[in-house]
Amino acid sequence: MPINLWHENRVLGDFVQELEKKVVKIIKKKKANFPESFIQDITEAAKRHELTDKELTELVGQIKKAYERAKVEDGEAVGTVAAQSVGEPGTQMTMRTFHYAGVAELNVTLGLPRLIEIVDARKKISTPTMAIFFEEEFRSDEEFVRKMANKIGKSTMKDIIKDFNINYAEMNVIVELNLEKIEDKRLDYDDIIARIEKAFKRVHIDNNILSFEPTTSNIRELRLLADKIRDLQISGVKNIGKVVIRKEEEEWVIHTEGSNLGTVLKMEGIDKVRTTTNDIHEIEKVLGIEAARNAIIHEAQRTMEEQGLTVDVRHIMLVADMMTADGKVKSIGRHGISGEKASVLARASFEETGKHLLRASIRGEIDHLTGIIENIIIGQPIPLGTGSVGVVMKQKK
Amino acid sequence: MFLRGILKKISQINFGLMSPEDIRKMSVTKIMTPDTYDEDGYPIENGLMDPRLGVIDPGLKCRSCGSKGGECQGHFGSINLARPVIHVGFADTIHKILRSTCKSCGRVLLTETEIFEYKTKIEHLIKNEESLTSIIKEIYAEARRDKCPHCEEEQEDIKIDKPVSIVEGNYKLTPSEVRERLEMIPPEDALILGVNPEVAKPEWMVLTVLPVPPVTVRPSITLETGERSEDDLTHKLVDILRINQRLKENMEAGAPQLIVEDLWELLQYHVTTYFDNEASGVPPARHRSGRPLKTLAQRLKGKEGRFRSNLSGKRVNFSARTVISPDPNISINEVGVPELIAKEVTVPVYVTEWNIEELKEYIKNGPDIHPGANYVIRPDDRKIRIYEETKEVVMEKLEPGYVVERHLKNGDIVLFNRQPSLHRMSMMAHEVRVLPYKTFRLNLCVCPPYNADFDGDEMNMHVFQTEESRAEAKSLMRVQEHILSPRFGGPIIGGIHDHISGAYLLTKEDSVFKEDEVFQMLLRSKLPLPKKTGNPWTGKQIFSLLLPDDLNLVYKAEICRKCDECLRNECENDAYVVIEDGILKSGAIDDKAYGAFSGKILDHIVKEYGTDRAREFLDASTKLAISGIMIKGFTTSTNDEEIPREAKERIEELLDKAENRVEQLIEAYKNEELEPLPGRSLEDTLEMKIMQVLGEARDKSGEIAESYFGMDNHAVIMALTGARGSMLNLTQITACVGQQSVRGGRIKRGYSERTLPHFKKGELGAREGGFVHSSYKEGLDPLEFFFHAMGGREGLVDTAIRTAQSGYMQRRLVNALQDLNVKPDGTVMDNRGVIIQTMYGEDKVDPAKSDYGKVVDIDKLIEGMRIKSNK
Repeated sequence: MPINLWHENRVLGDFVQELEKKVVKIIKKKKANFPESFIQDITEAAKRHELTDKELTELVGQIKKAYERAKVEDGEAVGTVAAQSVGEPGTQMTMRTFHYAGVAELNVTLGLPRLIEIVDARKKISTPTMAIFFEEEFRSDEEFVRKMANKIGKSTMKDIIKDFNINYAEMNVIVELNLEKIEDKRLDYDDIIARIEKAFKRVHIDNNILSFEPTTSNIRELRLLADKIRDLQISGVKNIGKVVIRKEEEEWVIHTEGSNLGTVLKMEGIDKVRTTTNDIHEIEKVLGIEAARNAIIHEAQRTMEEQGLTVDVRHIMLVADMMTADGKVKSIGRHGISGEKASVLARASFEETGKHLLRASIRGEIDHLTGIIENIIIGQPIPLGTGSVGVVMKQKK
Repeated sequence: MFLRGILKKISQINFGLMSPEDIRKMSVTKIMTPDTYDEDGYPIENGLMDPRLGVIDPGLKCRSCGSKGGECQGHFGSINLARPVIHVGFADTIHKILRSTCKSCGRVLLTETEIFEYKTKIEHLIKNEESLTSIIKEIYAEARRDKCPHCEEEQEDIKIDKPVSIVEGNYKLTPSEVRERLEMIPPEDALILGVNPEVAKPEWMVLTVLPVPPVTVRPSITLETGERSEDDLTHKLVDILRINQRLKENMEAGAPQLIVEDLWELLQYHVTTYFDNEASGVPPARHRSGRPLKTLAQRLKGKEGRFRSNLSGKRVNFSARTVISPDPNISINEVGVPELIAKEVTVPVYVTEWNIEELKEYIKNGPDIHPGANYVIRPDDRKIRIYEETKEVVMEKLEPGYVVERHLKNGDIVLFNRQPSLHRMSMMAHEVRVLPYKTFRLNLCVCPPYNADFDGDEMNMHVFQTEESRAEAKSLMRVQEHILSPRFGGPIIGGIHDHISGAYLLTKEDSVFKEDEVFQMLLRSKLPLPKKTGNPWTGKQIFSLLLPDDLNLVYKAEICRKCDECLRNECENDAYVVIEDGILKSGAIDDKAYGAFSGKILDHIVKEYGTDRAREFLDASTKLAISGIMIKGFTTSTNDEEIPREAKERIEELLDKAENRVEQLIEAYKNEELEPLPGRSLEDTLEMKIMQVLGEARDKSGEIAESYFGMDNHAVIMALTGARGSMLNLTQITACVGQQSVRGGRIKRGYSERTLPHFKKGELGAREGGFVHSSYKEGLDPLEFFFHAMGGREGLVDTAIRTAQSGYMQRRLVNALQDLNVKPDGTVMDNRGVIIQTMYGEDKVDPAKSDYGKVVDIDKLIEGMRIKSNK
């Protein structure tokens, strides 16, 4: 979720705080039961328009009236409406998996495939990516950010080689390191050497000329060795590949291919509040279920907006809350929510009919018929909307 | 027929396994003969069509219960199996249970303490009605031990050979042995293994008696030739009986073990396929024609199965389906119903003292003259058809307490639907307008919510049969109640196509009408006529007649060119719309005003003045726009996309330049002079640069073409007002079609190293990669045409896949969320009583009633307040 600008503003002065107190007081006086977010909205508007006390009181009154009118009705089938509102635009979305969104250098899955990925709560998403922000003092420090980028991003030997020779006569591989490139990438020379020595036992190091020998002397081995040398990872965080540095509104941001939130957050200078990933399971693991819920909302909404479709947050919230209600991220479908329903008939009518009926019979399950589909199946009114209330006529005496 | 109050309510359904005793008790007869009918066509006693199993022919009486055919639901029979067989559905469970129990003492392979722990856990879960699946899985894994903790017996590994063979070590257990082992398991241990001893015993998973479903479940059909054709289930039961008989005979005759085992195996196969003909590892049993039989599991499973096709959804009466066509003269709330249909589908009406005369009139008209009636239902529930000859008699007898099924007439409420029903606006209630001809007529404004057009679309209509349903539909489902979409809190019903261009022509800057023209238009739109003044009217004055008197609104129209600095009231495109006290002061009316998905005025009217006012506004404004367009005249042809020769030359020059630039880029790439973009390979960089150059070329050529288009061009009016089409469409017709894409990039594949054999190998310039240099109007050359078709085909394939994928996603979403419900305190709960949200949407606001997700637009509110206080 985007950071709350409100709290930043608060630093600006006590004026706002006082105004907020006033708003709260007026709301109390008007006996309006507003959600928290309203108080902020009203205070901001009051500041923007420089409202007088009288105007403010009238405003609160008007909003109260509007709020009463806009409230959900009891028994409303919010679930179905949310599902339809999220599902219906699916037909209008593109299928093209890859899109260049924001950062031209990185591929990100978007459109319907991404939405399905979110709803499925896939463990392995097709294009994990991170946006890494920095703490205030490093935000405009390009040098620092570049250093971090090289620390995070994956570099292989390929990237720092000046000269590469396979010597078939002497059966060895001669590599000359490019010191300039090492410097440019802000890598540590000794560290690289240590890594090389760790990975290859039979290596001879002479300044920045390295010569490798294969374990057994044959051409096949030699060639395999050459590939292995070229692909040796000399720096980077696990699971993260390419990184891209970009200047976004006066601050430097790193975008990555691949994701490893846990490790990155522990690094120095990282803004732990705004740094994020699009891998929901990783967020759940590192930051917990509430964060995962917010991530689902954010990702789903971003996917919709990118396609030019507007879907009210409340619908997406409900989907996210349903997915995370049990304390772990569950998928929507037979392996998640639908497969764990209480009612046998509801499960049987969704998917895997036979399995659920057979299992219910040996377990001696009882269907209490509290859901929608069960009541439709047995032909009774459903416990939703107008079916959730009864009407009693007052008898005249 | 009428909902007469709910007498009984099913409170719960208990599931359990049937014991052999239960099956025998339920059975009315043992089935022994594998035949159905004898030569004379009579059902054989103790055969599969035994008359005690129930009757289908009306007129005959059931031998078991005495009720008539059609009323008797049938009775089960049974087959005593010569040897036990394993039920396929439970084979897996049996395997897991055997693996977790001792082969000699039958106890679970867990220590007493473990058993106690798991028992308490399971009992706890059962009490809370939570899923046992995960804990039982854990137990199965835990109880795989080599040695029994109770009797110290060494355990052998038990494997399952799909579908039903259970192998211990190298020895295949016979179903009898399996059954014996299952019998040994004490009830307390069975509970831990997932078999609830209250309703099932493990050994019941091995069948000794097979229930035979009644004939009503497997009716035979008589073909035209007089031949009888039996149901698939009957065929399968015949097989079972035949083998069962042979097995029994062989056993009695003391046949060699081998033969008995073979027959036993065969019996197992038939019983297996009788339950599930798609079980893995079993060749499906086939009909003589080679078609796989549809046995029990297949009857229940999947989209065409009992659950989804007959229980969750049902075929209904009082429905109609026909082609739809547009009618701009009816209200959005109405639907035009062909007289033919109105005479077929009926509305039941109770006869009372107050309506008896009216209903008699209908009966007098009979079934063939429109406002007539088809049936009369007497108080004793007898239904009497009204014929031309009998109508007089029926009319005489009519008295309060009768029910008349009268024809559909104007003003009745019906449900109207178009598939796919993706959201709730796909089913709305309309008022009937009986019209001539044979199509359903609908107002054009309701096309967007149904996603309907008139290229042959068909829609369904359902007639409500109860007073309750009519009342509910009228207050909740009427079209006007759905102008705002719950998806984003804005209008989804609104003007389209000609409504938009019409309104623009009507209200644009210099649009003036003679007074008699104005009166004609107002009359056509059914608006009240003002006093004559003799002066000409501006379009804006006419449109203002539709607006509520106290409406104040300011917004930017669709035709807004998004200039760097907004001139507001002085906008030269007339795109700054100002409405003061219900008078349109400046700005033209277009898509942003009352179009579907974006109409600001419409949105404001629904939210501030209610749905009735919004319907009136929409009905009147669309009619006015249509009359406006009829007076002004509106047409388009390829002449609208004509540009002078010099423009064509400029475009040609531009495209040549771009193509040269592409050649240069390729040259640079070949000479390795190209600088790669960060994080990209050289090839990717080249591709991206070429795409960029060609994209720009297309845009620039479009800009040149656009500069020759003015607002007097009807195609341009359509594109800019948002009525239909886009400027891109126009420039593609006029200037240049542009790059064709396949899989998100230029076309690369086809032949080896080239896209078509007309090119040299290795060349990937603009033309070779699918850049269409021509315009649609000029015409594409054969190669361009081919590339264009490639791009087009990809689009079609894409759409086909997308509909399937998104349809499944939606089904899953709906299934997962359908039980959610807002409680009076604002919490959202599912049917288990689990709280999903403590406050719906974090603020209890219904998106359908909100202003694009907000309760109110505070700024708008403040402005409105200040305007009011200033007066």
